[in-house]
Amino acid sequence: MNELEVDQLEVDLGGRPVLRDINLRLDRGELVGLLGPNGAGKTTLLRAILALTSIRSGRVLVGGKPSRPGRCEIGYVPQRHEFTWDFPISVEQAVLSGRTGRMGLFRRPGVADWRAVGAALDRVQLTELRRRPVGELSGGQRQRVLVARALALAPRILLLDEPFTGLDMPTQELLGDLFMSLAGAEHAVLMTTHDLVAAVDTCSRLVLLNGRIIADGHPADLQDAALWTTTFGVSDNSPLLKLVKAI
Amino acid sequence: MSITDFLTDLFNPNLAFLPKALAIAVMSSIVCGVVGCYVVLRGMAFIGDAVAHAVFPGIAVAFVLQGSLVLGGAVAGVATALLIAIFSQNRRVKEDSIIGVFLVGAFALGIVIISQAPGYAGSLQQFLFGSITGIPDRDVYVVGGAGLVILGLVLALHKEFVAVCLDREMSRSMGLPVFWLDIVLYVLVTLAVVISLQTIGNILVLALLITPAAAARLLTDRLGVMMLLAPVIGGSAAVIGLYLSWSYDTPVGGTIVLIATAVFLAAWLLAPRHGLLAKRWRRVGAARPPRRHRQRLPGRSP
Repeated sequence: MNELEVDQLEVDLGGRPVLRDINLRLDRGELVGLLGPNGAGKTTLLRAILALTSIRSGRVLVGGKPSRPGRCEIGYVPQRHEFTWDFPISVEQAVLSGRTGRMGLFRRPGVADWRAVGAALDRVQLTELRRRPVGELSGGQRQRVLVARALALAPRILLLDEPFTGLDMPTQELLGDLFMSLAGAEHAVLMTTHDLVAAVDTCSRLVLLNGRIIADGHPADLQDAALWTTTFGVSDNSPLLKLVKAI
Repeated sequence: MSITDFLTDLFNPNLAFLPKALAIAVMSSIVCGVVGCYVVLRGMAFIGDAVAHAVFPGIAVAFVLQGSLVLGGAVAGVATALLIAIFSQNRRVKEDSIIGVFLVGAFALGIVIISQAPGYAGSLQQFLFGSITGIPDRDVYVVGGAGLVILGLVLALHKEFVAVCLDREMSRSMGLPVFWLDIVLYVLVTLAVVISLQTIGNILVLALLITPAAAARLLTDRLGVMMLLAPVIGGSAAVIGLYLSWSYDTPVGGTIVLIATAVFLAAWLLAPRHGLLAKRWRRVGAARPPRRHRQRLPGRSP
């Protein structure tokens, strides 16, 4: 059984078709990069997997069961700007907030919750900064806080929305290593990105998306220029293609 | 007037309205301080303003019908908060425009209703600017009870409110009822405003909600501390403001708000880490070569 199964998924937004004929499988140990231009439906696909957007047809199975909000199998790492960084809260409390849904209404965090927070902070190597206000963190540290918040649920699937955007190369490499080690630790990881270099370097599989899935395979198997021109709508002499060939 | 005189007046049976006003002012400032932390952190000051104006028609109806002003205001405020939440779901008109429409519309309705009551001019001023006289005994208990309910709900739903403030999308994915949490928060803001109206008045009540919480935010980076500081600042402003108002015969609402504003300005200047003076001192310290290394340690206050 696959951790994540997307079958014949179709999603409309505001009456317009956004995703058509999406079939996707994700297994433990895989780190899959989701590539496509702006408006290709990458975030919409993540939201459909999280059951945050209504789907027209098809189905999303998580661990063999239909996806719905509040299921702990999925850890979601939204884009960095979704989080209110000027909020007066420490790193460990921000990570703890990831368990709010599981704790249930009117409950206070218990030993198990703090253990999970400690383990998640260890995993992303933020334990030393756990008491620091989130507003004082660098971009890379902030991204790791969001990853730790998702890990606090001990999910089997991780969905990362553009984790590399706006980060310098050393930070990207550090995060790439983290994502690879998470995949190695039996998580199934799906991440959207615009960063081709980082994606090719870290991902075990790339999915090219533009409303539908154009290609799905190991980076080495996606050398055909036509796949990239179709996905990104660029011409044959685009710098993007030179980059693909170089890789 | 000395503080002893003020205490004597507080216990003077002929001035029974004074302790009642003090009790209501302090209780409502504490509640507003706590709820105001969410308002400040979520940047929903405009909603607070809208709700403050929206309770006006309810108060006007209650006045005309000789009913409980607190109850009338609460009904109108909650109704408006619900309307704003529901109309905001339509994305074609932005939330701030919706708030603007209902804010002025409700206030206009209040003015029309109260103009039907004979001798409304005096009472109008009382609604707008607050008063320490004419508070019925019953209202002290209503305000106390409502305050306890509000604080209890804040305590019970705190972690959910924080999660929604931090990240709405993530909260939805965790299965939190984001829409209903918004509604509950709006209603809590409304109730905090309504119980404060009596002494502070309709125009100035926003200050009780925003100013102590904003001052507390300047003084700390920890939410728990902020939610303790804000009610302390608000409650102190209420006590000092009422004392000065009684001594110098100034309007009570205005005096309380001015004290709170002074605290905010002081916090802005003197806050230990982010205050203007602390920054200035750090810069001066950094310019001096021998102390430079120590001053520039990251993340430490001098």
